[in-house]
Parts: sequence; C-alpha cells; structure tokens
Amino acid sequence: MLAKRIIACLDIRDGQLVKGVNFEGIREIGDPVEYAIKYNNEGADEITFLDINADSKSRNKMYDLLYKACKNIFVPLTVGGGVSSVDDVKELLRAGADKVSIGSAAVKNPKFISDAASIFGEQSVVIAIDAKRISDERYEVFINGGRVNTGLELVDWAKKVEKFGAGEILLTSMDTDGTKNGFDIPMLQAVCDAVNIPVIASGGCGNVDDFVDVFEQTSADAALAASIFHYGDLTIEQVKHELSKKNIPVRIQHKDGAVDGPI
Amino acid sequence: MIAIIDYGAGNLFSVKNALDYLGYDNKITNSKQDIMAAEKMILPGVGSFPAAMKMLRESGLEELIKEEANKKPLLGICLGMQMLFDISYEFEETKGLSLIPGEIRLIESKEVKIPHMGWNSLIKEKDCALSKGVNEGDMVYYVHSYQAYTSMDYISLYTKYGGVIPGLVFHNNIYGTQFHPEKSGEVGLRILKNFGELK
Repeated sequence: MLAKRIIACLDIRDGQLVKGVNFEGIREIGDPVEYAIKYNNEGADEITFLDINADSKSRNKMYDLLYKACKNIFVPLTVGGGVSSVDDVKELLRAGADKVSIGSAAVKNPKFISDAASIFGEQSVVIAIDAKRISDERYEVFINGGRVNTGLELVDWAKKVEKFGAGEILLTSMDTDGTKNGFDIPMLQAVCDAVNIPVIASGGCGNVDDFVDVFEQTSADAALAASIFHYGDLTIEQVKHELSKKNIPVRIQHKDGAVDGPI
Repeated sequence: MIAIIDYGAGNLFSVKNALDYLGYDNKITNSKQDIMAAEKMILPGVGSFPAAMKMLRESGLEELIKEEANKKPLLGICLGMQMLFDISYEFEETKGLSLIPGEIRLIESKEVKIPHMGWNSLIKEKDCALSKGVNEGDMVYYVHSYQAYTSMDYISLYTKYGGVIPGLVFHNNIYGTQFHPEKSGEVGLRILKNFGELK
C-alpha cells in the first residue's frame, strides 16, 4: 500500500530559511540546507523549498542551495515560488529538483500546466493552490502570495488543473495557515473528492494529532508542515510513529539504517 | 569506475550525487572508451520508452551496452530497468535490450491510480546480491505508469499495487530497479552500495 507522505517545507528568501505567519510577517530562521539534511535524516518523505521572493537574485541563490542540498538528500525534492515559464521548470529540474510547484502562473495561463507536463512528465508538475473560505459553500483561489483574489471557485480550479495535466495538488488553506489549529479538513475533503491526483494538505498543523486527523478524516495523500518542524515542537519521527500506531501506512526510517561509503 | 551512461535522457545528477555520497568513483559519460574501461555500468532513464531507445540507438551505445553487459555488472534504473527487457508497448511496440526476458506494459489494474507514484513497501521473493540488508516492508520511491511483466525467476523484490510490480529484478550480472534507489532514502542507498560492492 502506498504510504501517506510527510513533507517538510522550507520557505526561502534570499537563500535563508524564513517563516511567515498567515501570509504576512516574515522571520529568518537559518541555513535551509542544514535544516533540509536534518529532515532527510529524520525520515521526511519529501523536502519542499518555496522561494517566497523569487526575484532573479533570490532565484540564483535557490539554484546554489538546491545544488548543495542534492548532494546530501536522497528523497524527492520539490521547488516552487515564482515559477512562470517552461525554462524556469527546466532550470530547476536541471539544478536537482524532482518536481516543480507552480502557483500564480498557472492561474494566469493554465496552458503552462500542459506545456510543462508534456515536456517533463505530469509527475514533475505540482500545482500549488492557496484558498480561502468566502461563504459556507464557497472557497476561492488566491494568488501572488495570498494578496489577490482570483474569484475562481476552488473545486472548479482543482478539476481544471487536473485536466491540464497536473501531477499533484498542494492545497494551502489561508484560513488555517499559521494558526496551529489543525488542517482545514472540509476544504481538503472537497478537493480530494473532486480529483484523482494526489492532494497534499498544507496549512495549520500544530501538533501530532492534526496529522492523524487529516489522514483519518480526509483522503489526502500527504501532509506538509514547516514551522512546527523548524522550531523543534515536533520531529518527523514522532509524527510517523504516531501515524503508524493509528495504522496509517507510513515509511519508518530505521535507526540502524544509516549507510556509509564503501566498506 | 562506475559509468553512468548519458544518452540524453533524464536527470543523471541525482544518481551521481548518491554514488558520490557513498564514495564510489563514477562518471557521467557517453564515451565508448569510458564505458569499456568502467568496472560497472548504470543505465538511468526517465521519459518514454520509444524516445529513450531511439536516443540509445542513435548514440551508438545499444550494441556496446549489450556486449559490455556480458563482462560486467549493469544496473538499470526506472526506465533504464524497463529497457533491459525484450519489448515495450508504451505508445508503440519498441524492442528493448533483451538482457532479461519479459515485456513492458501499462500497469494492469482498475483499482489503483496511475501513475504509481510515492513510497511503497517491498516484498522479498528471493535474495540477490543487491537485496542484501533490505528487509521485507522497507519502502522505496516509485514514479511510473508502465511495468515489467516477467517470470518470478527474475524477481528479487516486488511491490503489490494492483498486481505484482517487479521492484528489483536480476539475471546473472544484470540488475534493474523500477523504483528510484537514488531517491529512496537509506534503503535506496543500501541497494546502490550493494551494487558498488559487487565484484
């Protein structure tokens, strides 16, 4: 059976690991490569780097960072933030990313999704969706770091990105992000029910039970978290251990599994 | 030296990074001299079977790989593993390297999502040199829509997903992994190390 994945997310600005709260207020935390290696060693199933600035200077630092990270990380790497052309995707994959996450640019030009998928394969295209509850029955999609409401209805948009060839959806609830009150279960389930591609839950986890809840109460394939891991509130090992106790299939990294160089 | 065969397909650097990390001398190369001088060969690959075989043929490496595979260990990864078999039906009928008997077809199941993507657990059919230290239930990272259909004789590790997905196959000194050992954490590194230690 496929394992439910735990993804460690690192928000990057000018090559530094930072953390924002509710899409506002940014704090620097440290060297992203060190953190990423630590998460790799703790058993993260994937590592995601999101460039929150994504101007050309920040992008160049992202390439350097990716190049360093790849030498020591042997799980899939996803990179996102300001990805807006097929050339961007190509450069990031060449620099060592396994998947590229596309957000605003997909809304502005949905054909970008199919262009990238047809050249690099659907598995390498993750569509990032930031959404917010507008009324009881309606969620809408936001872009440009949560600053612009597109007016697009979330489930319609999710179905559309699947049709255009997205390999996965990374769904961040702007309502729960940064709150530590748990993932947005109703929003996630609405999207999981509508698409057949994997959905990654993002935004709001504050403790280990939130991971259990998201996998017991929705059909999300993966859960992504950032600050809860950065500040050491919780380790990936603890999360996996708890999920495993609840019979949720996860990959457990064995303590004696460390592999060194030639004998 | 381990030759990582570069015929124009795929991200070869993640395989190189893993071998560097493990401390094995390696080289990404399409030079016939390098491949002939190498102690071992790795055939990586992502993309589609017909395109990859075409590139291999046009680079003049197809016959060389088949010849060298009689003399030294070869590891095919993902599409590189599929190319070790006789024939593939991805898009169109395409001949493979015929180093292991079997064929490549779409994963046959209505119950599971295709592509098969993510971490899945291994079941041990029988030991081979590369499965040393790998335990039943260990998880590895897969990304594929097509799979090998072959005799259980050639299967060391497999995964249940719909039906049986051959994970690690072998025949004499030829090995192939459908999963990505370079992206499969400690388990993947263990398998690459086992390959690096082959005599």
